[in-house]
Amino acid sequence: MITTIEETMSVFEQELVVLKGGSGRPLLILHDELGYPGWMTWNERLGRQRTLLMPLQPGFGKTPRLDWVRSYRDLAGFYSQMLREANLAPIDAIGFSAGGFIAAEMAASNPQIFSKMILVAPMGLRPAQGEIMDIFPITIRSHLRATVADPVHTPEFAQIYGGEMTPEVFEAFEDARAETARLGWEPYMHNPSLPHLLRGVRIPTLLVRGTADLVVPSGCVDAYKQALPHAEVVILDGVGHRPEIEAAAQFEREVARFLAA
Amino acid sequence: MKFGYFTERPVRWLPEEVILENGAHFGVSNKYYDSEKAADEYNYYIDENCYAEELGFDIIALNEHHGNPFCMGSVMDVEAAILARVTKKARILLIGNPLPVIKHPLRMAEELAEIDVISRGRLITGWVRGAGSEQFFNNANPAYNREYFEEAHDFIVKAWTRPGPWRYEGKHFHYRHVNPWALPYQKPHPPFWIPGVLSPETIRWCAQHAYPYFGLGTTLGPTCDLWEYYADEAQKCGYQAGPENFGYVVPCFVAETEARAQELGKLFLFGGGQHTFALPEHTFPPGYNSKNAIRILAKQPQASWLGISGEKLHAQVENHPVNLEDAKRNAEADYQEAQKHHLLIVGNPENVIKKLKVVLSSLRVGTIVIFSVQGPVSNEDRQTSMRLLAEEVMPALKEHAKSLDLIDALERSPGQNKLQAGVKRLPVSDKGPLVELGIA
Repeated sequence: MITTIEETMSVFEQELVVLKGGSGRPLLILHDELGYPGWMTWNERLGRQRTLLMPLQPGFGKTPRLDWVRSYRDLAGFYSQMLREANLAPIDAIGFSAGGFIAAEMAASNPQIFSKMILVAPMGLRPAQGEIMDIFPITIRSHLRATVADPVHTPEFAQIYGGEMTPEVFEAFEDARAETARLGWEPYMHNPSLPHLLRGVRIPTLLVRGTADLVVPSGCVDAYKQALPHAEVVILDGVGHRPEIEAAAQFEREVARFLAA
Repeated sequence: MKFGYFTERPVRWLPEEVILENGAHFGVSNKYYDSEKAADEYNYYIDENCYAEELGFDIIALNEHHGNPFCMGSVMDVEAAILARVTKKARILLIGNPLPVIKHPLRMAEELAEIDVISRGRLITGWVRGAGSEQFFNNANPAYNREYFEEAHDFIVKAWTRPGPWRYEGKHFHYRHVNPWALPYQKPHPPFWIPGVLSPETIRWCAQHAYPYFGLGTTLGPTCDLWEYYADEAQKCGYQAGPENFGYVVPCFVAETEARAQELGKLFLFGGGQHTFALPEHTFPPGYNSKNAIRILAKQPQASWLGISGEKLHAQVENHPVNLEDAKRNAEADYQEAQKHHLLIVGNPENVIKKLKVVLSSLRVGTIVIFSVQGPVSNEDRQTSMRLLAEEVMPALKEHAKSLDLIDALERSPGQNKLQAGVKRLPVSDKGPLVELGIA
């Protein structure tokens, strides 16, 4: 089992807690709108080849909230500062859901920041068809339930979210939901200028989506493909919003293949 | 002491089953809206408020809610403007304008100034944060709710007191040319009275500004505790809080006989009443509550606020199957429980006086506002209740208030009673009467 550590980095005197685990070339992981869900099997496997760096989003409990960060573009700017400060760019990156939004904003403002980019069920662009599920007028339990297509046959889902929710976990989710609302309330979880700014970005990109994703419609991935025509698209049949735990083996294979190419 | 009248102006034509099936008032489809009936209702409610003035109520209170048949006041300033013209002496109290969901403080400053001028200085304006559901309806970012509230408030005070034109660059609001040609009749501006459901953050803010705080039908014991918290904060600001700093809005219905009152008073629970104002997921939008409030909610699953507990919030409530018989049975149980705790005061004049005296003696408020019945109660029954309140209840209560020395905020400006450093402040509530009744 890989040992993870939480390291507090200072980015121009502002704290950023980064979870680190694994060994090898660094790989940036941007978690989704509900926060870091815990060390999963896919982390364990990928961590054997790469050092995973996961910034824990400001305002999500561990890293103090930054009052000046009021949009995903602001947050992307802050993470980019962190990479510059730590001399980590260019770096490979994986972003999940809203984390994909952040990664895309980082790439749009600096096309040299990533060597490769994987966007999993990414938000950030207005879907060509359909709507991004409104995650704010539902309870946390309903939201969590909507993130996987088949909770019964997704053991890691039960492992993380099953059973009684402790006050601490409830509070952490509410922190995450509040901060997500702060950044993504309007326009809802997308930035109308982002597709325009992504044009011409040549970072090798992998787009991953499940066909049973209730949170992010296929129209989002279509919109990314339109903005980044060179991007490769992987579609996972019957999988929901969390391919990394719902179809872990296939997800790991695709990620390893893409990063090795 | 001041005695006020208030109604939510309920939609009375809507079948109860529609609300029960929806699980809440918020979200009921507006396909049930009937413009003809609405025209009758709006006009009736304006007349009813005029009748309240005629009967001698000191205050007519209005509120607003959005996307909700619980309350027909969607833009209460429109109604307030009409009342400003058609009434003569009653104070017009707004409880209150939801600054964060309106998101346009300059427009608000203009609207209210016009109302105050037309009424020749009878406006008392209150501010609220807006119910959780309204953050969705008005697409107001709930995570910035308190920031919007405080910035909009500060801006309005400035717009009313600093001669223009000037420019404003705030965090959330930006104006190039602040120079409203509608300024309040009252100087420097109308009084601010703040209604709420016991958020400690709002109570502290009120104490710091010496604004009277109004409990909206809040449980009496905790209300006393929060009054003392207000007084502690007031002490830090160098004044002794008193009845002028507090008000209370109490659901109350009176009929000639106890039986008739009990029969009609049940309609406070029409469609589930306040408990079904909105579903839990609409009541607590992300970031709307402070960290402290979330912590309390997470740790005390039974804690209830507007009928929403942590337990309910944890439950998988979407797609809830509704059993209409259960819902009605729950409403009946709630009715008895609320009366026992004096949160709902229903009866003949004699019994109502007895109970309202308990409220006055424990909360020691300078102003009481009567919240009239919900549901399909006839105009005649509504007016009978108003008449009995004005003719029998109000005189008895004012007498009682006099014996308790309950001064209101229009008689003595809140914050005027300075407290010397090192002097112990006086209590501002009295749980004694509640202890006696076993409802403390």
